[in-house]
Amino acid sequence: MDFGFSLSPSSAVNLDTVDLSLFRKVEARCPDIRTCIGCGSCSATCMASAWSGMSVRQVILALQRGQLRQVEQKLSACMLCGKCTMVCPRGINTRNLILAVSREFKKEEAQ
Amino acid sequence: MKESVVVIGGGVAGMETAASLLSLGYAPILVEQSDHLGGHVASWHRLFPDMTSADEVIASLKARLEGASVFLGTGIQFVNRLKDGYNVMLTNGVSVLAKAIVLATGFRLFEARRKEEYGYGIYDHVITNSDLENWFRGGDDLRVPAEPAAIGFVHCVGSRDVKAGNTQCSKVCCITAIKQAIELKEKFPGAEIYCFYMDLRLFGKKYEDFYINAQRDYGIHFIRGRVSEVGERIDGRVIVKAEDTLAGKPVKVSLDLLVLMSGIVCNPEIAALTKNVTLERDEDGFLRSRDNLSGITLSPRKGIFYAGTCTGPKTVPETLAEARSAALCVHDFLQGRA
Ligand SMILES: Cc1cc2nc3c(=O)[nH]c(=O)nc-3n(C[C@H](O)[C@H](O)[C@H](O)COP(=O)(O)OP(=O)(O)OC[C@H]3O[C@@H](n4cnc5c(N)ncnc54)[C@H](O)[C@@H]3O)c2cc1C
Ligand code: SF4
Ligand code: SF4
Ligand code: SF4
Repeated sequence: MDFGFSLSPSSAVNLDTVDLSLFRKVEARCPDIRTCIGCGSCSATCMASAWSGMSVRQVILALQRGQLRQVEQKLSACMLCGKCTMVCPRGINTRNLILAVSREFKKEEAQ
Repeated sequence: MKESVVVIGGGVAGMETAASLLSLGYAPILVEQSDHLGGHVASWHRLFPDMTSADEVIASLKARLEGASVFLGTGIQFVNRLKDGYNVMLTNGVSVLAKAIVLATGFRLFEARRKEEYGYGIYDHVITNSDLENWFRGGDDLRVPAEPAAIGFVHCVGSRDVKAGNTQCSKVCCITAIKQAIELKEKFPGAEIYCFYMDLRLFGKKYEDFYINAQRDYGIHFIRGRVSEVGERIDGRVIVKAEDTLAGKPVKVSLDLLVLMSGIVCNPEIAALTKNVTLERDEDGFLRSRDNLSGITLSPRKGIFYAGTCTGPKTVPETLAEARSAALCVHDFLQGRA
């Protein structure tokens, strides 16, 4: 039956049930990602950001909130140019982080 | 004979002022209404940024008070203006003639019950920063569970809050939350710890390093968003709702313990303290200085001085520096230089 509207699933993040498995794996490789302060320098400098919505800041946040679909979708636009690493005030090796996440996704695909 | 100076309030501000006056050659009379010296610091356990023992800080201040007159359990009955100074009547019946008075009457901790939406005094596992220090000191607190899996901190409780009547930032509670989060993580390594903040205001020496440690070495989670409501689940855990404003998404989490970072607010009694000698309060409720830039320790009245948190939120090192500065201002005044 069509009611003329539909209920979309809640966008709320429930930290009790959030899936942190990917975050834990990536964090084991680059513990520095915990120190992200969400300043947005990485996204602001990213050439891919304007047309693709790529944002390291949002990738890190999505990892921390277990939103894996968002992580995958954003990462696909990265050109691995490394500009984001240059500007990060916390000295996070963001390029390394992106590679680490991709590696985990690849592993999953292979399985 | 040595000149007497009355110092009202035996917190770290009053203690340091009295100690400095003593070494400048005066006879300070330190008046403390409670039964012990140290003020709020006497209720804290370890102090940021170096985790110094609060008791040791107070002990070393006490050692420097050798030779000062200290009255515990004593308040002020009234202060009368004389031609050349003041007559201070203490509640123990002692009357002092002094050319100078230093107010070091400190602050009050915001009454967390007033923010009813956070459930202090209503839910079983909601405590304040001050309660937590007491627990760190070894005090019993049934609200702290034996093995918490998740713990939350709410920043800015009663601070930066127009509705609570306090627009000021309390300055010390962001860094205190980080300190306490680290201490709890050390006690409960398995617990996830979340700090809900509006802005992180960490201005002092080594504070940013403390923050980076909390993130990197202790894995404390920082979520930017003010907690909007706290509820209690049937199993007694508290459930916290906020917006993760960096993600633009609502977030909720169940916790075994919630710590409210109560702010530093003015001590409302101080304006009336001196009775016949009125002292103005600033818009934030704290005592009004002669000048907030160059004369923070000077009251608008000749011979009356301020030290410490009676004029606004301060850390211990700031309070101590100000206390020494107040003592020097008293000295200049008594030497006829100011
Ligand atoms: C939860 C918390 C944790 C903190 N932790 C730290 C930390 O780790 N490191 C740090 O640097 N700072 C810390 N601070 C800040 C620190 O507590 C203050 O800097 C310090 O207490 C200020 O000292 P004070 O003497 O100005 O005031 P207070 O400590 O408030 O002392 C005032 C004294 O005056 C007395 N008094 C008041 N009115 C009268 C009267 N009429 N007659 C007689 N006596 C009177 C009071 O009884 C009290 O003893 C913390 C603050 C909070 C809220
Ligand atoms: S490495 Fe990727 S995310 Fe970083 S700036 Fe280059 S394209 Fe953007
Ligand atoms: S630049 Fe660094 S600290 Fe800033 S948002 Fe990006 S990763 Fe985080
Ligand atoms: S120091 Fe932090 S928690 Fe305290 S009032 Fe300021 S912003 Fe809020």
